Amino acid sequence: MPTLTINGRSLSVDAANDTPLLWAIREQLQMTGTKFGCGAGLCGACTVHVNGEAVRSCQTMVGDVAGKKITTIEGLSAKGDHPLQKAWIAEQVPQCGYCQSGQIMQAASLLAKNPNPTKEEVVAHMDGNLCRCMTYSRIQKAIMRAASEMRTASTTSNERRPT
Amino acid sequence: MNEHVKNVTPETTDLSRRSFLVGTAATGLVLGYAGVPGINSASAAAPANFEPSVWYAISPDGLVTVTCGKADMGQHIASTMAQIVCEELGAKWSDMRVQLAPNDPKFNDPVLGAQITGGSWSTMMNFEAMSRAGAAGRIALTEAAAAAMGLPPYFKDQLVVRDSVISHPKSKKQMTFAEIVKSGKATKTFTPDELKAIKLKTPDQYTMIGVSVPQLDIPSKTNGTAKYGIDVMLPGMVYGKVVTPPVRFGATVKSVDDSEAKKVPGFMKAVILDDKTGTTSGWVVAVANTYANARKAADVLKIAYDGGPNAKLSSQSLLDEAKRLQGLEDSGQFFVKDGDPNAAFGTAAKVVEAEYTTSINIHAPLEPMNATAEFKGDILHIYSGNQFATRSGAIAAGAAGIDPKFVVMHQHWLGGGFGRRLDADMMVPAVQAVKAVGKAVKVIYSRENDMTMDFSRPLTYQKVKAGVDGDGKLVALSHDVVSAWPTARWGIPDMLSPAVDKKGSLDSFTVNGADFFYTVPNHYVRAIKNELAHNATPSGQLRSVAPGWTFWAVESMIDEIAAAAGKDPAQFRISLLDGAGKNGGGAQRLRNTLLAAMGLSGYGTKQLPKGEGMGVACVSSQERESASWTACVAHVAVAPSGAVTVKKLTVATDVGTQVHPDNIRAQVEGAALWGLSLAMYEKATLKDGGIEQTNFDSYRPLRMSQTPEVAVIANGEKATGVGEPAVTVVAPAIGNAIFNASGARVRALPITAEAVKASMKA
Repeated sequence: MPTLTINGRSLSVDAANDTPLLWAIREQLQMTGTKFGCGAGLCGACTVHVNGEAVRSCQTMVGDVAGKKITTIEGLSAKGDHPLQKAWIAEQVPQCGYCQSGQIMQAASLLAKNPNPTKEEVVAHMDGNLCRCMTYSRIQKAIMRAASEMRTASTTSNERRPT
Repeated sequence: MNEHVKNVTPETTDLSRRSFLVGTAATGLVLGYAGVPGINSASAAAPANFEPSVWYAISPDGLVTVTCGKADMGQHIASTMAQIVCEELGAKWSDMRVQLAPNDPKFNDPVLGAQITGGSWSTMMNFEAMSRAGAAGRIALTEAAAAAMGLPPYFKDQLVVRDSVISHPKSKKQMTFAEIVKSGKATKTFTPDELKAIKLKTPDQYTMIGVSVPQLDIPSKTNGTAKYGIDVMLPGMVYGKVVTPPVRFGATVKSVDDSEAKKVPGFMKAVILDDKTGTTSGWVVAVANTYANARKAADVLKIAYDGGPNAKLSSQSLLDEAKRLQGLEDSGQFFVKDGDPNAAFGTAAKVVEAEYTTSINIHAPLEPMNATAEFKGDILHIYSGNQFATRSGAIAAGAAGIDPKFVVMHQHWLGGGFGRRLDADMMVPAVQAVKAVGKAVKVIYSRENDMTMDFSRPLTYQKVKAGVDGDGKLVALSHDVVSAWPTARWGIPDMLSPAVDKKGSLDSFTVNGADFFYTVPNHYVRAIKNELAHNATPSGQLRSVAPGWTFWAVESMIDEIAAAAGKDPAQFRISLLDGAGKNGGGAQRLRNTLLAAMGLSGYGTKQLPKGEGMGVACVSSQERESASWTACVAHVAVAPSGAVTVKKLTVATDVGTQVHPDNIRAQVEGAALWGLSLAMYEKATLKDGGIEQTNFDSYRPLRMSQTPEVAVIANGEKATGVGEPAVTVVAPAIGNAIFNASGARVRALPITAEAVKASMKA
């Protein structure tokens, strides 16, 4: 049985090596925050991090991620308080919400590398993630808000900030 | 339905405690200190007239849990219902919780008498019931508090209710809702008449309505904890993957060879559906221990089909048939029959005639269709996110061969609805797989199943003829709408409308919007059913339904006739919105939204660069009786190649009372972008009886990089719908802007660069 290092824990899954990571996460580990949308890497709903990179878990096989560090929406922050998650609430982004785990994971991989993205960089990074409710402008605003908050936090960590 | 089934509503507070319940039943609203549904009401000392028909409960810890009978697909309707209750109840917003109702009839819509979510109806139809339920709770709590504080009942008017606290300023006494519920003293009941007599707050007294409170469902949608139908996990559950035929509808299975599937580990069975519902003909379900294995097995099933009667049809053959039907004198039924347009055309100074088409469009909510089913004893439990629990429960029962009263529908958050989840096809494979394998089964469609088996927005063909007199006044308009009939497909006679000439009935969800608020003395609208399309491409209600195509035709034609008469298209509309006769009131409101959109966009005040233009449209979506007045100014740039860039959409909407202004903006913006997506990017086609587009590579909804700026202005009185109307106004505004920018007139959706270029040359 393959063992996955996921959200800081080592978990063995009863799945063949050619099983898409998505289904191992959802069915075997019953972490359902990662969503199935298209099964073809076209929508981004299933986005997770593998060694910090955003990947489509429907296109990533269990056998290929053994020993790598996997993070899902459940493991992005301890209490759902990653700056992006807080910004998503502040901007009231989600409508149906189904794509938003993937959107947040995709955005998190951008901000981890580029804490001060331009609007064009955000669009280029996020364009593979579909939102059928079309909350795109709020997603953009929330990413910019989170980026700003992360920059402020890293420069003035003790200052009180507006929330 | 399931009167004998004690529905334990999910996520309820501790069942061992008693809750203070408020609800409405057929007999009216009853308030009482009673057991939550699911425990014996006698042992909970319920009053005799207790009906477990609840809209909310206050638990002894003071949490107010509102049960929402509407499907929440991202419009935050559950939160909105809680907000309306909260306003009259006087609770603190942070004490409010929501849960989603099962299909018990006690949770039926008080106006519609069923559980159905659509038409942008929910807020307008539930506003009063939720307000009265909230007010009744406040009155009961206040009287109980007065008694507990030792005040005579007539002192209750001196009590102040705010933030879940009832206080008596004079004596400085106060009690929290939690303390009152714990005391067990809140026992007042209301007769229907007493309920009706409750004086509700006037808008100037509102403290919650009109405030953009944090939506209650949003935090769970940022951390992966919100549960959608696809997330349901049951002990011992197995998985089903449907295998759908190459033909959209009408194919049948001749044989299934599962010899290869049997080599897939965990494969259990290939189940050929016995379709009694007219939705899943020719479908097979591969059942296995995991979804990954079910997919593997499904992929290697060898199925021989009889393609059935539709196997040779294409989009072109549906269009050809539509044109043939439109050409017949006696086709269809009249939806509007005012004056005599044909006579008026004879004396008109100018007559313009044009054909407008829209392609097949697919809902494609991001959560693929799914349903999980299990039997517990005789009771069939269905776990799914569904917009029409009343009908879907009956379909599930039909698929199982049991009485609908034995079906319990467990509602979940919907990962997008847009009308797709009004249908119940997903119930059939789930239920029949359960029957075949004797275990709980979760059936998940692949994206390919979901797209090719969508109950799509039908291909439509419309012919419009308009005439102006010598003064440039619109004197006649005739409008034929040929399409599949989405609502007729449900087989619910009450959902059809009588034709105005009493010759049969029609599906008004194919022509709504064509009965516009312009004053035109001679006006015909015919609804013509395209039987061929109806059978080959079973259609459904796609966000905004008919106004999504009728206003494409009407608002394009208004522009065309204005151009022919040499008038500014916006001024031409304003002159037609004179509010004469039956159009009084509505026409003026629509005129005002048009003016608001013009003002906000700077229409007519700017010199635009060459190749750029602005176009206007205004609509009374959804139905004439439930219109939200919506106008759009589209600003586009058209390249010499015909490529269109939408630079900005300015939308003004008169939606009445704004329960939650920020949500209205979110809904209007989402709807406008849906309108843009349908106008420019989304196209499905039929070939050899099947939908050709199978995933998001070939069916391409709007992405972030294609999203223009959207400006929204909203105003008005009396709550109306916001989820759909803005879908319908965008396509004609863009088409009209393209004409303004380039002189090219496009009449087919979606708009392509080729069509624009071809029209520029002409």
